[in-house]
Amino acid sequence: MIEFTLSERDQAQLDRTREAALICRKYARYHDENEGDFPPDELPEAAEFYANQKPLPEASADDTAPPVMMALQSIGQFWGDYSVRVRRTGTGGLGNAALSAAGTPEQQKKWSGLTLSMAITEPGCGSDPSMVSTSAVLDGDEWVLNGEKIFVTTGIRAQGVVLWATIDKSAGRAGIKSFLVEKGTPGFEVPYKEKKLGIRADDTAVYVFKDCRIPRENLLGLDESISKKTSGGFRGVMKTFNMTRPMTAAMGLGLAKAALDFTRDELTAAGVALEYGSGLGSQTAVAEKFMRLEGLYEASELATLYCTWMAGQGLPNNMESSVCKAHAGSAVRAITQGCIELLGPMAISRDHLLEKWMRDCRITDIYEGTGEIQRLIIARGLFDYTREDLK
Amino acid sequence: MISFGPTEEQEMVRDAMRDFAEQAVRPIARECDEASEIPADFLQSVWDLGLTSTQIPESYGGGGEERSSVTNAMILEELAFGDATLAAAATSPSGFANAIVDQGSEDQKKTLLPLFCTEKFHAASLAIVEPGAIFDASRPRTVAEPKDDSFVLSGAKTLVPLGDRASHFLVTARNGDALDAFVVARDAEGLTISEPELNLGLKGLITVGLELERVEIPKTARLGGDAGADVRRILDGSRVALSALMLGVSRAVLDYCVPYAKDRVAFDEPISKKQAIAFRLSDMHIEQEAMRLMVWKAASHLEKGLDVSRVAHLTRGYCAEKSLWVTDNGIQTLGGHGFIREHPVEMWFRNARTLGVLEGLIAV
Repeated sequence: MIEFTLSERDQAQLDRTREAALICRKYARYHDENEGDFPPDELPEAAEFYANQKPLPEASADDTAPPVMMALQSIGQFWGDYSVRVRRTGTGGLGNAALSAAGTPEQQKKWSGLTLSMAITEPGCGSDPSMVSTSAVLDGDEWVLNGEKIFVTTGIRAQGVVLWATIDKSAGRAGIKSFLVEKGTPGFEVPYKEKKLGIRADDTAVYVFKDCRIPRENLLGLDESISKKTSGGFRGVMKTFNMTRPMTAAMGLGLAKAALDFTRDELTAAGVALEYGSGLGSQTAVAEKFMRLEGLYEASELATLYCTWMAGQGLPNNMESSVCKAHAGSAVRAITQGCIELLGPMAISRDHLLEKWMRDCRITDIYEGTGEIQRLIIARGLFDYTREDLK
Repeated sequence: MISFGPTEEQEMVRDAMRDFAEQAVRPIARECDEASEIPADFLQSVWDLGLTSTQIPESYGGGGEERSSVTNAMILEELAFGDATLAAAATSPSGFANAIVDQGSEDQKKTLLPLFCTEKFHAASLAIVEPGAIFDASRPRTVAEPKDDSFVLSGAKTLVPLGDRASHFLVTARNGDALDAFVVARDAEGLTISEPELNLGLKGLITVGLELERVEIPKTARLGGDAGADVRRILDGSRVALSALMLGVSRAVLDYCVPYAKDRVAFDEPISKKQAIAFRLSDMHIEQEAMRLMVWKAASHLEKGLDVSRVAHLTRGYCAEKSLWVTDNGIQTLGGHGFIREHPVEMWFRNARTLGVLEGLIAV
């Protein structure tokens, strides 16, 4: 059935997320201004927060499917702050999504308790991951890793990484595999944290691998075959995007929602009436523009939830993950930049978080595949083209 | 629960309407646009599918099926994929009938609903749009003044679908501070029905203007009788329905542009291999998917009886903006051919521009 309501349990979960998000928001400005000072793994309020949690209502058949709830909770969480989160233990890096999408049951069991970052980008390779030059060479029962990775999100706090490396450079994309590497493994170094426009509290790091040896069974999914014709291995790796892309969209949408909520409150306080259902001639320019931004948000949120719903149903969602990521990428830029325009000079003050949200969400259209890459993927789907047909 | 899974029945209805749109709607669309009329046997053929009568309760002669706004929105998308003009014409009686089913007084239901339960196509129309700039459906200039046991209606309406043959009009008007709707029969004294209007788009759909010069109607003609009605709900329903049409038109454009771009060669390769074209079509795909999800959500809220004004407003605004963008860029994708009436894209562009400024007309 097509429906868009929340069960009691769904609502209670989202209320809980919101409560946690409000705690995080208190620390948002501090960690934006103090880039070198990582948010603590456990906020001072965390213990009290968990101790006072009301039990959730019983699960029912009317509850929203877990992947869709995950996206909604992500939106709720990032509505609080991008980087500061209330967490018991560190879980939930991008690598964890890759692990759950492509890991064997044994790997899931062994690694899911760790926060895993995901290392793809290199100094010489971004949108075209087939150019990955970090290498993995089998030596006895061990892989030997060599190379450099940049822009690794959660790179410092993560306890391990899902690393993209090639096992046969001559095989191109077919030779690319992902590997699970734990922090502290000799030869795995984290030299520094990147300095950024936004999401400054997020520990985006550089990773260097020098003759780093890991067990053979750390190959994610355990598929060592290289099939040039189908690039099966590479596709396996790319498949992980089908859940990480909607989650990335959800993260950006959380910030966009925060911007809309703040702007709505400020506009209402300033006497701007938002009359839904009234004609254009009865709206102020400010109200009309604000509603347009709200519409953009609605569309983007739905595209994201739809994509996660498909994942939950086990339906192929390659196109949909690019659709929601591309949509959200553009939408959150337009929304946060538009909210600043609507509120005018007050909005650029660092007394408020709006300018930070605009900076923070600018990354949405870049990482996990730029908007351009998403459009390439969608176009290939539309035309039934391979990547050779359309680059 | 948040869920995007159509029911089996919805899938069946959608597939059947998709076939119907392909076989019976698309082939006559251009002809209707050029001639500014719709063959009566087409309207009858849609009537025979029972879209209007099956959703009327059995006690008034209908099929008594539960109405699903989501299913209706899917039907509209499919019909509009064939042609939005024909879709609007064929479903405009439902806009009137559903308003009576939902909000009519017992008396109104008894007298009006059986009209839609015969085998012959029957037209009755929503009369909501008004002439002149700064039209606002929620603030009509048409006025209803109470007088003894009657109301006196004064004002003007325009873009009333199938007004050349409609037996009744549901006229929205301001009644003091309230927004009300009134059932006005075609032969009411003081009502002048114009000749068919000449419009930019939806040309096949005959629309008329109404002049209401102190049209005196009984108090019982107010929608809902003494209790009145929630007219905003009708406007919400029409916004969702119009959005579904705009979605269907957008999908038609994309569906037309994809094979065109793959066939059309420039500088030694199909233009689909140029990012400038490929990215544009990707955006069309993104937007038609986003429009559909918004339509589904708004329709589902309507169906569940939830407050839908905000969602319907945002959906209509989004679909109006994006369907115009999609159709406009459909023309651009075809270049000079987009401008030529041999291809349907210019017609879809005119239809999208028209739909985006309308209110009323139809409802889900």
